[in-house]
Amino acid sequence: MTAQTAMTYVRAFLVGGAICVVAQLILDLTRINPAHVMVLFVCLGALISGLGLYAPLVEIGGAGATVPLTGFGHALFQGVAKNVATEGPVGLLTGGLRATALGLSVAVVSGAIVAIIFNPKG
Amino acid sequence: MAKNRRSTKSKARGTARALMARGVPGVGRSPGKRSEQVERYKQLAQEVGPKRPLARNVLAAFVVGGAICALGQGVLNYLLARGLPKEEGIGLASAALVVIAALLTGIGVYDVVGEFGGMGSAIPITGFANSIVSPALEFKREGYVLGVGARLFTVAGPVIVWGLVVSILVGAVRLLLGAP
Amino acid sequence: MRPAIAGQRRIGNQTVLFPTRPAIISAASVVGPKEGQGPLAQEFDVIKPDTHFGQATWEHAETTMMREAAATAAGKCGLELQSLDLMLAGDLLNQTLASSFAARQIYIPFIGLYGACSTMAESMALASVFVDGGYAQRVLATVSSHHDSAERQYRYPTEFGAQRVPTSQWTVTGAGAAIVAAGGDGPAITAATIGKVVDFGIKDSNDMGSAMAPAAAQTIVQHFQDTGLPANHYDLIVTGDLAEVGNKILVKLLSEAGLNLGNRLDDCGLMIFDRQAQNVKAGGSGCGCSAVVFCGHLMRRLLAGEIERLLLVCTGALLSPTSYQQGDTIPGIAHAVAVEANASGATGAGGGGGGRI
Repeated sequence: MTAQTAMTYVRAFLVGGAICVVAQLILDLTRINPAHVMVLFVCLGALISGLGLYAPLVEIGGAGATVPLTGFGHALFQGVAKNVATEGPVGLLTGGLRATALGLSVAVVSGAIVAIIFNPKG
Repeated sequence: MAKNRRSTKSKARGTARALMARGVPGVGRSPGKRSEQVERYKQLAQEVGPKRPLARNVLAAFVVGGAICALGQGVLNYLLARGLPKEEGIGLASAALVVIAALLTGIGVYDVVGEFGGMGSAIPITGFANSIVSPALEFKREGYVLGVGARLFTVAGPVIVWGLVVSILVGAVRLLLGAP
Repeated sequence: MRPAIAGQRRIGNQTVLFPTRPAIISAASVVGPKEGQGPLAQEFDVIKPDTHFGQATWEHAETTMMREAAATAAGKCGLELQSLDLMLAGDLLNQTLASSFAARQIYIPFIGLYGACSTMAESMALASVFVDGGYAQRVLATVSSHHDSAERQYRYPTEFGAQRVPTSQWTVTGAGAAIVAAGGDGPAITAATIGKVVDFGIKDSNDMGSAMAPAAAQTIVQHFQDTGLPANHYDLIVTGDLAEVGNKILVKLLSEAGLNLGNRLDDCGLMIFDRQAQNVKAGGSGCGCSAVVFCGHLMRRLLAGEIERLLLVCTGALLSPTSYQQGDTIPGIAHAVAVEANASGATGAGGGGGGRI
């Protein structure tokens, strides 16, 4: 592994870890429900992406920025921005889901398959 | 310190008195009084109760969250080395993590990771997958339509709904402002 | 306080006396594997190796567990379940599913109860009312809770990776059954104090101990006021599932009310698990918690004469998933039953067994 590749892991670890630390702080200090934090982070990701600040974070952190749910929000907004550029205002409604279709489909289908195969262990 | 202890004691005494007054505190009868009692009791409960181990939780979230993202980076690096364009690589790497997390949930491991890592395991896309698979699995007994099919979106639904709404709103605002 | 009227069984504001001293002629406890690894493992009748109980759903597992507790209790005193006059049962599930389905198979007159985790005391108090009043000879009082059926209803799916917080409690997988009868050997139920719903505005469903402690304090203080008994009357006052947080608050509230019980006060939620080793955070909870600790551990100690007089104060948090999601506070309740080791001191009918002890 080259030093450059090794650094991508380190940066992903640091950026991803830091995002999770922020989430943990919000959870423990405000005592809101984990599901609320998850929703909050997707929305924050979309918002920060809209301000043009998330793309630089992806440059630095790689998967450390795209794997957390803020990255999902970023992908949603990037899709919107891209389709608005190519299709005009209707792109507002088509871009988000188109850009995240892969992740969503895989999540839903694997959820269904796992539910068919396995039973809860408790 | 000493001052603090005294105030705790007087709070407790106030609550005990409220209990003794008519056997029950004046719940719901005099709003002003009730809110005082509630406030006093909440403080007492907070002082007595154990604190959340913030340092431990933050460290665990950092390590677990960081590790999951590093794993994602590994998949991404592999895909990029195979010549995939970056955007596709990012999507596929996340999808791979989703599949892994779904399986780990199925075999009953991901809840253990979550208990240890807290938000470190919930915030990465793997936590999203866990939030989809766990209710689907749990409510399988209620059938494949209203059990698996409906419950699968217990947490994922809100995530998609509000993520979509916010991203569209942000896009609309940018469009109105004429941003590039 | 209202004075007792001659011939009436009600004293004070919330307490009823049972002069015929209904006896707990048999009791049994069935628990899951985690409880079977706890400090009270030796005291349970049946320890199941897994939480499924051979059933396909958690709800069926809980139903099976309750039926087995009832059957074991009946077996221990040589009775057929079908010979009992009445079944009083409750659990934590919506529409008290486990109880109703257990009653479907036991097939004796049935009344379903809901008092959240206070149900063991609630069912024994009502059983005593039926027996003491002469409305029944033998009554089955049984309750259950199951960790996983409760989790999926109140909290998250069992495989969801949420972190437990230090104030949270672990729902006990267990069922307890007691047979309360007019006459016969066994500890006697002498009084019950019926709790009021007390709410001090706690909203955090991960902090039920705090939500229930004021109700426990109210019931205990009222019990002593109603009966006029001295604070050292009971060898042990055991609350249901206040656990670490609620227990600490209760000690504080009682001491401010002038009741210093010291080591006479304990809590089933603290007794059933080794909190550190078993990672249950603040302690155990659920109807099954006080049920199995009473029907197993405490009954054994009563029968062995280690405890002469016991006040069992089962505590319940009367929240529902709906009220919690709508941001409501958590109402608490606590019912107390006084149990005496030796049934021989009976003042009315039913003391016949005493001479044989």
